[in-house]
Amino acid sequence: MDHDSYPDSYIAGILQEAKSFALVGASANTVRPSYFVLKYLLAKGYGVYPINPGLAGSEICGQKVFANLAALEEPVDAVDIFRNSQAALGIVQDAIALKDKLGIKFIWMQLSVRNDEAARLAEEAGLKVVMNRCPKIEYGRLSGEIAWAGVNNRMISSRKPVILGKGYQQLSIRKDRP
Amino acid sequence: MTGQRTPGFNTLAIHAGAQPDPATGARVTPIYQTTSYVFDNAEHAAALFNLEAFGNIYTRIMNPTQAVLEARVAALEGGTAALAAASGHAAQLLAFHVLLEPGDEFIASRQLYGGSINQFNHAFKKFGWNVVWADGNDPASFEAAITPKTKLIFIESIANPGGIVLDVPAIAAIAKKAGIPLLVDNTLATPYLFRPKEHGADIVLHSLTKFIGGQGNSVGGILVDCGTFDWMKSGRYPTLSQPNPSYHGMVMAETFGNFAFAIAARVLSLRDLGPAIAPLNAFLFINGVETLPLRMARHCENALAVASWLEKHPKVGWVNYAGLPGNRYRPLAERLVPKGAGAVFTFGLKGGYDAGLKLVANVELFSHLANIGDTRSLIIHPASTTHSQLTPEQRALAGAGDDVVRLSVGLEDSADIIADLDQALAAA
Repeated sequence: MDHDSYPDSYIAGILQEAKSFALVGASANTVRPSYFVLKYLLAKGYGVYPINPGLAGSEICGQKVFANLAALEEPVDAVDIFRNSQAALGIVQDAIALKDKLGIKFIWMQLSVRNDEAARLAEEAGLKVVMNRCPKIEYGRLSGEIAWAGVNNRMISSRKPVILGKGYQQLSIRKDRP
Repeated sequence: MTGQRTPGFNTLAIHAGAQPDPATGARVTPIYQTTSYVFDNAEHAAALFNLEAFGNIYTRIMNPTQAVLEARVAALEGGTAALAAASGHAAQLLAFHVLLEPGDEFIASRQLYGGSINQFNHAFKKFGWNVVWADGNDPASFEAAITPKTKLIFIESIANPGGIVLDVPAIAAIAKKAGIPLLVDNTLATPYLFRPKEHGADIVLHSLTKFIGGQGNSVGGILVDCGTFDWMKSGRYPTLSQPNPSYHGMVMAETFGNFAFAIAARVLSLRDLGPAIAPLNAFLFINGVETLPLRMARHCENALAVASWLEKHPKVGWVNYAGLPGNRYRPLAERLVPKGAGAVFTFGLKGGYDAGLKLVANVELFSHLANIGDTRSLIIHPASTTHSQLTPEQRALAGAGDDVVRLSVGLEDSADIIADLDQALAAA
C-alpha cells in the first residue's frame, strides 16, 4: 500500500468493515482530537474503547477506559493511534501480538502520526494500515457530511447521499459505493 | 463515482460539492431560505456547538446552499475548504481577522482594486492592521518590506484595473522563505485561467460578484484555504496554533489539520462579525459557476479581439492587455495564464479625462457601471469613480490615471462590442 495517498475505496472499505475502534492515547480532555473522534465514532454506531493507562477504570463519554490493548475484554477491529510517530511502533507491535486474540484487522494512525516501519510489520502480519488520517475527517468526507462545513471532500457523485437514520443531520457512507 | 481518477475542471465546475438532496431527491441544490435548523435533542445541539458533529446551527455561520458553493470553489481552486461571505470585502475582513492582531503589518501590492486600497488604508488601519505597500511589478520590493511585524502578503493575480499580471511564483517564494502566508485575490483570473495554490499561494480569495457568478446579479465573496501553511510550526498565529478560549481551549490547527484556517474563519470570525452570504446569492453563484469554463474562454477570446482593435484606433494612446503582442506582461501571461489574459483591461485616450467622460456617456451596448465580470460588456472611467477617493499619486500608481478607461469585455458578439466602441469613440 502506498501510504502517501490512499484510494477512497480503501478507506471506505475499512470504515465499513470495522465495527469497533480502540483509541490508544485517548484523552478525557474534551477539546483533544481523541475526544472528538470518540464522540463522532459513537454517534456513527461504532463500538469505541478508550485506551489510556493513566485513566484506566474511569469513563470517557460513558465508555470504560482500559490500561492497554491487552486489557480489552471484547474483540476490536481497528486500533487507532493518538500517540506520536515513535510510540506508534510499540503500539503496533502490541496489536500484532494480540491480533488473533482480539480479532484486530486494521491499524489507524491519526493526523501527523506516521511510522513506515510499524506499517510494514503490520502489513506483513496481515493487517491493513492507514496513517496520517483522522477517521472522523475520512468518514465525514466519504459520507458527504464534511461538505456541510465547506470542505472539499474530493468526491463527485450524482447518487443520493444515505441518511444514517439516527437524526436529522447524519449521513452514512454508502454501502454500494465502488 | 469516478474512483481515483481526478475529475477535470469542467466536471468539477458542475458537480463538486453537490449531490441530490437526500430527503427529496431534488437534483439542483435547493435554496435553503431558513435561518435555523432543528436539533435532534439537547446532546445533538451541544455536539454541534462544540464542533463535535458536522451539521447546521444557524445561517449566520453555515447554510446548506452556501456549503455547496464553498465545496465547489474549494475544489476548483484545489484547496481544502472555503468560506463564503457577503462580499469580497467581507471575505477579506474575515481572512485578516483570523491572522492579524492590532499593531501587525501586512504587505500589499499597489496594483489593486481601488476598493481594497481603501479598505487597507482606512477600515483596516482603524483596526490597527497596518498596510505596507510594495510594487507588484517588483517582487524584491516585497522582500524589502518585510519586518518582524509582517503577518501576511496580499496580491492580486491579474490586477484590477489594468490587466497587470503579477509574478505570483516569485512573490510566493519570498513569502515562503520568510514564513509568511501569501493571500492571492484571484477574482479577475478565476481558477479557470490560474490556480494560485499551484504557484505557492496559501489562501485564495474571490469576489464571487464578478466572473465566478458571471451574471452581475449577486454580491458575494469567498476565501479558500489551500491547506499549505503550517500554522503550528510557525507559531505566529495564535488563533490557529494556541488553545482557543472560545472553544474551551481547542487548538484549531491540531483539530482541523489542513483546513483549520477556513474553519477558524467560520467559527470565530464569521460567527462574531456576521457578514454572512445570503442563501439565494449562494444559489445564484452555484448556477453561474457551472459555466465558468465556457464563459472565461469566450471572455478571453472577445477581450483579445477588442484590445487588438483598440490598439489600432487613432484616438487611443495605449492599450494595456497582457494578451497583446508587445505588452510588457505578455511573457508572464504566457507562462502563468496560458489559456488567456482575462477580460478586464485598460486603455488610454489621447483626449485625456474629458475624452474618458465623453466615451462612457456615449456607449449604447456597454453598460457604464462599477463592476466587472458580467455577461454584459462594462465600461468605467476609474479616475472619476472607483479610484476617485485616492490621491492623484495613488491613482497613478494603481494604473487609474486621468486618461484611463477600464473595460470588462462581455460575452456578446465581438463585432457588436467593437461597433459600440467605434461609435462612442467617434463622439469622444
